[in-house]
Amino acid sequence: MKYQPVIGLEVHVQLLTDTKIFCGCSTTFGAEPNSQTCPVCLGLPGALPVLNKKVVEFAIKAGLATNCSITPRSIFARKNYFYPDLPKGYQISQFEEPICQHGWLDIQLEGEALKRIGITRIHMEEDAGKLVHGELSGGNDGSGVDLNRACTPLLEVVSEPDLRSSDEAVTYLKQLHQIVTWLGICDGNMEEGSFRCDANVSVMPVGAEKYGTRAEIKNVNSFKFVKQAIEYEIQRQIDLIEDGGTVVQETRLYDPNSGKTRSMRSKEEAHDYRYFPDPDLVPLVIGPEWVERSRRELPELPEQRQQRFIVELGLPPYDAEVLTASRGLADYFEAGVAAHGNAKAVGNWIMGEITRGLNDNGLVIEACPVTPVQLAELLKLIDLGTISGKIAKTVFDEMWRSGKSPELIVAEQGLVQVSDTGAIEAIIDEIMAANAGQVAEYRGGKEKVFGFFVGQVMKASKGKANPAVVNDLLLSKLRG
Amino acid sequence: MKITVADVEHVARLARLELTAAEKELFAGQMGSILGYVDTLKSVDTDGVVPTSHAVPMENAFREDVVRPSIGVEKALANAPNRSGSFYAVPKVIE
Repeated sequence: MKYQPVIGLEVHVQLLTDTKIFCGCSTTFGAEPNSQTCPVCLGLPGALPVLNKKVVEFAIKAGLATNCSITPRSIFARKNYFYPDLPKGYQISQFEEPICQHGWLDIQLEGEALKRIGITRIHMEEDAGKLVHGELSGGNDGSGVDLNRACTPLLEVVSEPDLRSSDEAVTYLKQLHQIVTWLGICDGNMEEGSFRCDANVSVMPVGAEKYGTRAEIKNVNSFKFVKQAIEYEIQRQIDLIEDGGTVVQETRLYDPNSGKTRSMRSKEEAHDYRYFPDPDLVPLVIGPEWVERSRRELPELPEQRQQRFIVELGLPPYDAEVLTASRGLADYFEAGVAAHGNAKAVGNWIMGEITRGLNDNGLVIEACPVTPVQLAELLKLIDLGTISGKIAKTVFDEMWRSGKSPELIVAEQGLVQVSDTGAIEAIIDEIMAANAGQVAEYRGGKEKVFGFFVGQVMKASKGKANPAVVNDLLLSKLRG
Repeated sequence: MKITVADVEHVARLARLELTAAEKELFAGQMGSILGYVDTLKSVDTDGVVPTSHAVPMENAFREDVVRPSIGVEKALANAPNRSGSFYAVPKVIE
């Protein structure tokens, strides 16, 4: 029998606020354990949580960027369960009236039509603390609890079960990642847990209407692992059904070392969370004027910017997509275009030399040692014929190393392109004299030898001869 | 509404309470009568009435995103039954 996988994703997005969601403790990563805590995030009796307004602003932005409607009156709820990393015995979350509802993202896989993936809801909640084991917890036999992360603001973005393959899931996830980092509401660091994904996976016979029983896979912290975990889980469920077994609804943990998922029995009974409205937090009312203000403050989003690059700047769709991979890259590109004018040329250099330099050095575009204005200056030197495209790469490498301006490097190293026909003619004459055999071959109709002469002239001029001038002069001289 | 001993056991397990057989019987009866009263309340016509989530007529209490001093590790751990360095020490948690 053929099976159809059905996948929905729950993504936790850690928000880039300075303080926690319900108290003024810092959210800085990597501080001494339990040094960023107070009565509120420790869950001490009598402490009262107060909502961080920035969390609401960020949630509205995320909702608008994913085509959600903003709930006019939303409330917080207590999700009750016991776990050592949860000091209050409940997590403050949203249940019945989440802040954002009914959104969607359009995804496109290579060679396929656009597909709309529904977003059921986005709600605000607090993170739990962190458990450490063994050496990390001071070498004791048990586990250590660090509550610095407790009460850190999260958005949970819940998709509809609209995804039908691991590739669709990863494409959706990457798009969501791009949006939240683009909005500047999340740093997107998956290894540090700033962007985490749980996947609900089930399978049903092709053509069936009723979904199969789903398993929830936790702990997948890279795009690669999401793909692996989903594929493993799909195959596990198919094998189970084919062998006459039944899939049970459960939470499963992905193990990146083995590439497998395994059952987490401890979570089985915990699914009865007995949500109820948190009496400590008053309702959140968001009027239309607040929503409109947020809408006006939204930056131009990746998709819109991509379209503008194609329509206004005449970029090929592929270039436009690459150059809008992050907001920083798109900003860099536009600053370069503003300073130079030729979008295609600026784009090529960013996708070529700049990207290579960043990758080789493990840098992000924001840390690029060559500024967009410097890049534009370099391109102008090519336009003016001062240097050749080939020499420009040498100049670029030096700009990257020293941060000097391209003019200065060209002057210091004597890299000015030779366009003086007299000087180039002299070189050509010398080379033709030294290679009489090849001259005869060319004149006998073997035109391929032309490339040999170009190479020799460029070499003799140490790459400084203007290639266009070299071509013209060589042609006329060889034709005699 | 009828509350069974099994219902009481389930709720007690979720709340990490250990109950004697007599207590389970007692609470099943008491919880049943509370829910029975709720059934009585349910007979009131509430069409068009917005569910009450909060008893206080208040909305939008915010704080700005400004860091305030935390209480420090020593105070945070002062009441911990057990500590290990700057961590709260708990029995081993395995997943």
